[in-house]
Amino acid sequence: MGLKMARDPRAQGVVALHRFGLPPKLGSTNSIGDTRSVLLAELDRPGAALIKNNDLLTSGEAARAAFDFRQERKAARLAANAQNEAEKLQEKQEKQQEKQAGSPEDKQPAQQNNAAKPNPGPGVPQQIYLEESKARLESALAADAGFVERLVWFWSNHFCISADKGGVRPLCGAYEREAIRPHVTGKFSDMLLAVESHPAMLLYLDNARSIGPNSFAGLRRDKGLNENLAREILELHTLGVRTGYSQDDVTSFAKVITGWSIVPPRQSSDRGGEFTFNPRMHEPGTHRVIGNDYEDRGFEQGRAVLLNLAKNPATANHIALKLASHFVADDPPRSLVASLAARFLDTKGDLKEVSKTLITAPEAWDANPTKLRRPSDWVVSSLRVCGVKPPDVRPILQAHNLLGEPLWRVPAPNGFSDNSAAWMDGLAQRLDIANQISRRVGDTLNPADISQNTFGALLSGETKEALSRAESRSQALALLLMSPEFQRR
Amino acid sequence: MIHQSNRRELLLGSGALFAWAYLPRVAQAEGRDPRFLVIVLRGALDGLATVAPVGDPDWQRLRGDNALTTDGATAALPLDAFFALNPAMPNLHRLYKAGQATIVHAVATPYRERSHFDGQDVLESGFIRPGSADTGWLNRALAGMPAAGRVNPKQAFAVGPIAPLVARGPAPVLAWTPPRLPPASNDTMSRLVDLYRHTDPALATAMEERSALSAIAGSGAMGDTAKKPQMAQGIPGAAVRAYFAESASAAAKFMARPDGPRVGALAFDGWDTHANEGATKGRLAVLLAALDGAITALESGMGDSWKDSVVAVITEFGRTARINGTEGTDHGTATIALLVGGALKGGRVIADWPGLKEANLRDGRDLKPTTDLRSVMKGILQDHLRVDDHLLAKDVFPGSQAISPLAGLV
Repeated sequence: MGLKMARDPRAQGVVALHRFGLPPKLGSTNSIGDTRSVLLAELDRPGAALIKNNDLLTSGEAARAAFDFRQERKAARLAANAQNEAEKLQEKQEKQQEKQAGSPEDKQPAQQNNAAKPNPGPGVPQQIYLEESKARLESALAADAGFVERLVWFWSNHFCISADKGGVRPLCGAYEREAIRPHVTGKFSDMLLAVESHPAMLLYLDNARSIGPNSFAGLRRDKGLNENLAREILELHTLGVRTGYSQDDVTSFAKVITGWSIVPPRQSSDRGGEFTFNPRMHEPGTHRVIGNDYEDRGFEQGRAVLLNLAKNPATANHIALKLASHFVADDPPRSLVASLAARFLDTKGDLKEVSKTLITAPEAWDANPTKLRRPSDWVVSSLRVCGVKPPDVRPILQAHNLLGEPLWRVPAPNGFSDNSAAWMDGLAQRLDIANQISRRVGDTLNPADISQNTFGALLSGETKEALSRAESRSQALALLLMSPEFQRR
Repeated sequence: MIHQSNRRELLLGSGALFAWAYLPRVAQAEGRDPRFLVIVLRGALDGLATVAPVGDPDWQRLRGDNALTTDGATAALPLDAFFALNPAMPNLHRLYKAGQATIVHAVATPYRERSHFDGQDVLESGFIRPGSADTGWLNRALAGMPAAGRVNPKQAFAVGPIAPLVARGPAPVLAWTPPRLPPASNDTMSRLVDLYRHTDPALATAMEERSALSAIAGSGAMGDTAKKPQMAQGIPGAAVRAYFAESASAAAKFMARPDGPRVGALAFDGWDTHANEGATKGRLAVLLAALDGAITALESGMGDSWKDSVVAVITEFGRTARINGTEGTDHGTATIALLVGGALKGGRVIADWPGLKEANLRDGRDLKPTTDLRSVMKGILQDHLRVDDHLLAKDVFPGSQAISPLAGLV
């Protein structure tokens, strides 16, 4: 199925731009040119993945702000309760007085007081989440070819967290900016270390509370090990499921990373919410993980395991398969996966080099565009081609929710599916969103310009005809956003 | 899920009222307080199926079973000896009989090609060629009119939504968006399924399964003559009627207020009836009934102001004189302009009828235009709103010096 791939290089360039990057922004010139060099240049641009916005909080600042907010709200609630009690008492007394006086007037003001409670608006964690969402959206809308941004999304989904887990919401954006973005064109091992020691991940997969049974804390309290993070590192983040590790490996590894935790915000007003290695929670002793013994050297013990996992050929295969299925095809060519894995091992996990292999491999260019854009990709791409910069990020987040891919809110640690079939069901909902976008901006845009800017000569005759026959500009735009060319990449 | 109120933030355009933020001064000085509302029907209204030339000897030959006639179960409503109104519009018929509706037939903008976008561009911009301006004739007319104080928006209006081209421009415009969503038309969906079938069957299947769309099989919007039409309506009738009526009713209430807006514009989509047009029972009948309901809602909502009102219903072009191979009509040229309101000297069909003989049809397929729509709009703007003649020819409809305003409409 899918579209027949045109053989001329220009058309291939368009396919590649959609496949590896984001569609050209409306009004961008030289958007469709030598795509390969454009993509390569973006990889080589220093700090291409970083978001430069000094207003955004670090994860520590965000955690402390959220903590302060909870404390204030708690205090306010206590105060309100006390006031309510006092008011009830007063009301009671007034009623008694009324009974005595026999006139039940002036009841109204008291009721109005109750009704006039101001709407508190979104709390601090949600405010931070919204600001971070906006920054992320703006980054994607401003991106040039969008390849680096797509890599950020890929890795963010590979190392996913969820805002719905307690304490994670205010940290989602900071997590992506601190642990993912600096490393998408760097070393896999650096990203792995940054991710697994990030407060958001430690909260999401429960390691912040995992206590070695024989640690100082473990011996004093009847609390213990939580294997969640260790298991998901092996199964999802590095080696991949069924690659030969055992339950003993999981348990040992979990022991190794006990003590990878967070400074409690109530204990420190300047370092609260930040990563700490807590030796009092750390399981002492040497542990054997996947055939290697690791001596107890505190934090370094866990770091050594992660560095070895990053070097493991199973990790290289796992990452290669995921990259190829994300960017090229649900069932990618084996030769492509093999060359990605080989490059990963040869370069000791240099992600820039692996990404270069991805966009220079002939198999990655030849495949027909069969992959359905993921909802988040499709929403952002739609905004880009229409040149829309939404003043309010909330409707965009709601569109993500409606389409089943809420931002930074994965249903499970394996992230959102990369299989096209998983998203087919939502096609009708996409039409709903396409209608909304096109009703808002469609009348002011020229569909022919947009389709030319977005696809060049790649648009099929059928789609071209459907667009030209649409009954209004906005209907044409909706059809364009829903066209097979725009749904697939 | 997207909540109703939030979905609205994204959903603008169709059915929203866009009104001038100021009150006109000249007419008020004359002791009048005129209202003018423009309703744009996007997609090209079939003027022949709305106001049928039942007296033309070639009419039934052209439309066959689809020709409206004044007898039978779905008899058209006679307007005069020659024209009859689609039976879906009894309220318009009543207003016509009461002298409060005028129909201009065989009318067209200067646009002579057949693209919706370009046609709408010419219709709304008031320029001769598409792509000439980012402003609309109504707005430029307002910008040239002396103002007498600002409309009181009373929080009902919000600045923000993008106005239709006809209302866009230098004059400040207020917008009101209906609280309810426009009913989802199956039209875009059926066009999409049609496209998917030809290019990407997996997407077609996904879309159809999700939407239980099997009923629209064969409703090809591509004009594919090989397919047998099956769809009856393709739009949810009750929802469309409710939406049109609600939009019109709200517009009327705003415009009737002493401090409310006097000039505004609305747009309704969905008139591109390529397949299964259904002039008496199907899609077009549903739309015309909804428009008829909107007109009633305007009349009652305006209250006493109705006597000072003119509503102009216009569309980008007409449709082919003949029925095509899918029981619909394709893009044509001349159509009707519909004027209603208490300020009109109505009860007339104004037409320099070109005839429907083969030789009389434009390119052998379309109703030939004999009246320039600009003369109709200029007539209203001049006599009703007192827009200056020079302004009309220079700024409102540039290059229209030779097109004189149609006199005596109000």
